[in-house]
Amino acid sequence: MPEKLKNSEPFIEDPTIQTSKLRKRAFIGQMLVGGILIFLWEFLTRIGWLDSYYWSSPSTIIRTGWTAITQGTLLQDLAYTSGSTILGFILGTAAGYLLGLSFWWSKLYSRIFEPYMIAFNAIPKLALAPVLVIMFGIGFDSKVILAFLMTIIVAAIAAYSGVQNVDQDLEKMLVSLGAKRRHVFMKVVVPTTIPWIVSILKINISLALAGTIVGEFISSRQGIGRMILYAGQVLNIDLVWVGVVVLSLLSIVMYLGTLWLERALMKGRTPKS
Amino acid sequence: MSELKIVNCSKYYKKNGKPMGALENATMNVENGRFVSIIGPSGCGKSTLFNIIAGLIQPSSGEVLLDGKDITRETGNVGYMLQKDLLLPWRSILDNVIIGLEIRGIPKKIARERALPMLQKYGLGGFEYDHPDALSGGMRQRAGLIRTLLYDKDVILLDEPFGALDAQTRMQMQNWLLQIWSDFKKTILFVTHDIDEAIYLSDEIHVFTHRPGKIKATIEVDLPRPRSEKTLMDDRFLTLKRELLLMLREERVSSE
Repeated sequence: MPEKLKNSEPFIEDPTIQTSKLRKRAFIGQMLVGGILIFLWEFLTRIGWLDSYYWSSPSTIIRTGWTAITQGTLLQDLAYTSGSTILGFILGTAAGYLLGLSFWWSKLYSRIFEPYMIAFNAIPKLALAPVLVIMFGIGFDSKVILAFLMTIIVAAIAAYSGVQNVDQDLEKMLVSLGAKRRHVFMKVVVPTTIPWIVSILKINISLALAGTIVGEFISSRQGIGRMILYAGQVLNIDLVWVGVVVLSLLSIVMYLGTLWLERALMKGRTPKS
Repeated sequence: MSELKIVNCSKYYKKNGKPMGALENATMNVENGRFVSIIGPSGCGKSTLFNIIAGLIQPSSGEVLLDGKDITRETGNVGYMLQKDLLLPWRSILDNVIIGLEIRGIPKKIARERALPMLQKYGLGGFEYDHPDALSGGMRQRAGLIRTLLYDKDVILLDEPFGALDAQTRMQMQNWLLQIWSDFKKTILFVTHDIDEAIYLSDEIHVFTHRPGKIKATIEVDLPRPRSEKTLMDDRFLTLKRELLLMLREERVSSE
């Protein structure tokens, strides 16, 4: 039953209050669901419905994690993994973006290289990991290169799609105002492609992480991936879980980082639908 | 002072191996400060002619002279505005209208200072820092035209700038354009489909034939200025309208 309004009080809708209410309630709900899941995990492993040998338990994971931080090298491993992921992500995305943009400059050049770009995209780069480790050693470099290779073509294809979407009439308008190619490039092509590159940032950060971890699995002296592999080999399943949880947290933090980057780049614009 | 001369301009394209004419022997003298309209059926080569004058495409033959200087296939000599407003969606209105100055190497700050009073005077005050998607179609066309004006060329080409607007806004924009024209004393070349619009605005109207476009007739519009809604009811206006309607009907019939 809708409330009857008094004549003296006009009904004024305020969508912002409704949205902020919804947001608050959704946040509480999200926390609740997460809390219940963690509680169930703990509870079910304690009463033995879930085998704690395989499933570990939240409390054991926290304890094992703490030991790994204070007595082991968890923090160094975390720095190693996130460092190579972020570096590979930045280099790969930037190089791919520039590569995609370069296709705007010459039709002939873009026609020649487009099929090669698609072919390279089709190669499962992770399958090359053993070769890359042999080529670039078991250190930091091979992980960065894997993350780089995972991200570059995705970025290049996104930028190239953006380039193909540049409004020809905008180009014509600028040329009629006396613009040279470089003006059109800076004032129309680059801004047009920004939403395209922004839309793949989230995909690329997780691809970079996958590349890094596979690199660490193959051969490494440091990193969360190496820690998980080692823990698995000595049947320390609690420590495997610590690695998985830390990687998930890292992934969430990096996801939030790209969200922030997205907002910064898309200031004052509507996102690409 | 500037005089635009279009001498014997033609443009042919190849289609299925056969040359197709888009424009044939267009010759026109546009005197300084005149408002000249071009009217004709769709596909009569009006836009081709504009692209040639703006230097965006090469004519198959003929040349374009500005004050006696050959400007064929040379961009940046005339202002050009298309039917779409072509504002950059990621720039504010102010930053949109200064883009021509930016390209010419004028620092943004100085360009903005020059543009602000123009925006205020010509009906865009209060919208300077809005993005184009916040503006109505008429407002966006205003911004597009101010951008062309700030580029500061004596000759301005307008390719159906009001074609996408509703009738009310259109009328408003026509008066607005006439005011700008008399303030800035530019030479305007105006393409339109609309007979009323052509007569209401122009000193001179060129009627084009169906493809390949040729100039069929040139009509002097000897209506007094300033013009207003009363002009639309003038006998002379109606006579000219009848004349143009008949000519355009002839073109439609001959093309069928």
